[in-house]
Amino acid sequence: MRESGHGGARLLVVDDNKVNRLLLARNLELMGHKVACAQNGRIALEMLRREAFDLLLLDIEMPEMNGFQVLEQLFNDLQLRDLPVIVTSSLEGLDNVVRCIELGAEDYLVKPVNPVLLKARIGAGLEKKRLRDHQKELVRRFATPEVAQDLQQSGFALGGKRVQGTVMFSDIRGFTPLVEAQSPEDSIELLNTYYTLMFNAISSHGGIVSQIAGDGLMAVFGAPLPLPEHCEAAVQAAIEMIEMIELFNVDQVSAGKSPIRIGIGIASGEMVAGYTGTNERATYTCIGDTVNVAARLEAHTKVAGHPILIDATTRSALRAPISLEMLGPVTYRGKAQPVETFGVKLAKKA
Amino acid sequence: MADTTIDRATFEDLKATAGADFVRELVDTFLSEAPGMLKDLRAALAANDAERFRRVAHSLKSNSNTFGALGLGTLARTLEQQGLSPVRDAGGAPLEALEIEYGRVAAVLTELKSA
Repeated sequence: MRESGHGGARLLVVDDNKVNRLLLARNLELMGHKVACAQNGRIALEMLRREAFDLLLLDIEMPEMNGFQVLEQLFNDLQLRDLPVIVTSSLEGLDNVVRCIELGAEDYLVKPVNPVLLKARIGAGLEKKRLRDHQKELVRRFATPEVAQDLQQSGFALGGKRVQGTVMFSDIRGFTPLVEAQSPEDSIELLNTYYTLMFNAISSHGGIVSQIAGDGLMAVFGAPLPLPEHCEAAVQAAIEMIEMIELFNVDQVSAGKSPIRIGIGIASGEMVAGYTGTNERATYTCIGDTVNVAARLEAHTKVAGHPILIDATTRSALRAPISLEMLGPVTYRGKAQPVETFGVKLAKKA
Repeated sequence: MADTTIDRATFEDLKATAGADFVRELVDTFLSEAPGMLKDLRAALAANDAERFRRVAHSLKSNSNTFGALGLGTLARTLEQQGLSPVRDAGGAPLEALEIEYGRVAAVLTELKSA
C-alpha cells in the first residue's frame, strides 16, 4: 500500500480548547486529510448524525458533554457504533485509558500528541474502518438490510426462533422454453430486470427476499423483524408484482421479445426463522409447514387459472377489499390434509 | 542552563512538524486564550466551583506542554491534580505564581514567534 493510502479521509476533531483543536487539525491536514472541528461532545454528535466521517478524534475533558458520554452515545447508536474513535487527552491515570477502551475507543493518545504516532494510529483506525465498511457492504449485497440489521444487533448464531409470518414463493412461468429460445445474455438481462422489479415490490411492502434460485424466489414477511400486517403486506406485494410484470411486458413486446408470466403462492402461520447452514456459510431462511404450503400453492398456479394463490390463514387476515375466488380444498403432493385455496382476482385493466 | 520557561527543543519540534507560520498563529491564539483561562481560574475559585477549576487547569496544562512551557505546565498540573481546596486555603497564592509564570511565558513566546 502506498503511504498516502489513507489520504483524503474525512476526520472530525472534538476538543473544547482552541489551541489543541487548531494544532490537531493542522497535523491531520498535513497528512492529507479533510478535517472538521467541534468544540464539545454535543456539537460533535450533531455533526456525526448529519454528515459522514471516517474517524473521530475525541478529547475527554469538555464542558456540556464530555468524551466518555460521547463514547457511550456512539456505542448505543447502530449507525455510529463502528466509527473508529481515537481519544486524545491529557487526562492522567490508567483508569481513564481503560474506561475509554472499554467504551469502544480504538486508541488513547496522550497530549501533546506525537505527530508520528498520530499518523500511525490514524492509519490503523482508517484501515479498520475500511475493512468494516467492506464487510458491511458484503453483508448488504448478499443479505437484505433487515437481515444485515439483525446480524449487527444480535450477532450471528445458527438456529432459529418461532415467528408468525407470511411466506411467498414466485417464479416465471415457462422460463425454460424461454431460455432455450433466446441468447444467454438476453436471459441474464431478463432475470436481472425481473429480480429488480420483484425485489422493489416485495421490500416496499416490508418483505425480504430470503432466497433466489434460477427464476424463482422466496420472500418472507414478518421475519427477521416483526411486521404487524404481514398477510396483507404479502398480498399487496403480490398484486404489485403482477402489475410490474404487465408493465414490463409492454416493453418486452415493443422490443419484439416474449412477454413473461409469473405465479405466486402465499401462505401464513407459524414458522421457524433463522440462519441455517454452517458457521462458514449460512443463509437466512424460514422453514416449516407454512413454507411448504406456499411452495405448493405457487406450483398450483400453473393449473389454477390465477397468478396469485393464497391459503385460508392469509385470507382471514386480509383487511382491504380484495376479491377472491374460492377454489375449495386442494390436495397437494406431500400434504396429508387438503388445503383451502383461494385465487386473488385482479382488477381488470380499463 | 536549561530554560523551563519555554523548552527550545519542544518549540523547535513544533515548528518543524506544523510549520513556522502556523506556529506563529497558534502562539497568537494561545496568547489571546490564556488570559481568559487565568481569569476563569480566579472565577472558579471565587465561586468555589471545583469541577470548573480542575477543567481549566487541565486545559492550561495541556497548552503549556504543547509549546514547551514546562514550568507553567507543572504549575497548572499541580492545580489540576490537587484541586481547588489547597489554593483556597493558601489564599489564592498558587494562582499568583501561575500568573507570574504565564507573564514570562508570554514574553518568551512573543519573542520566539517572530524569531
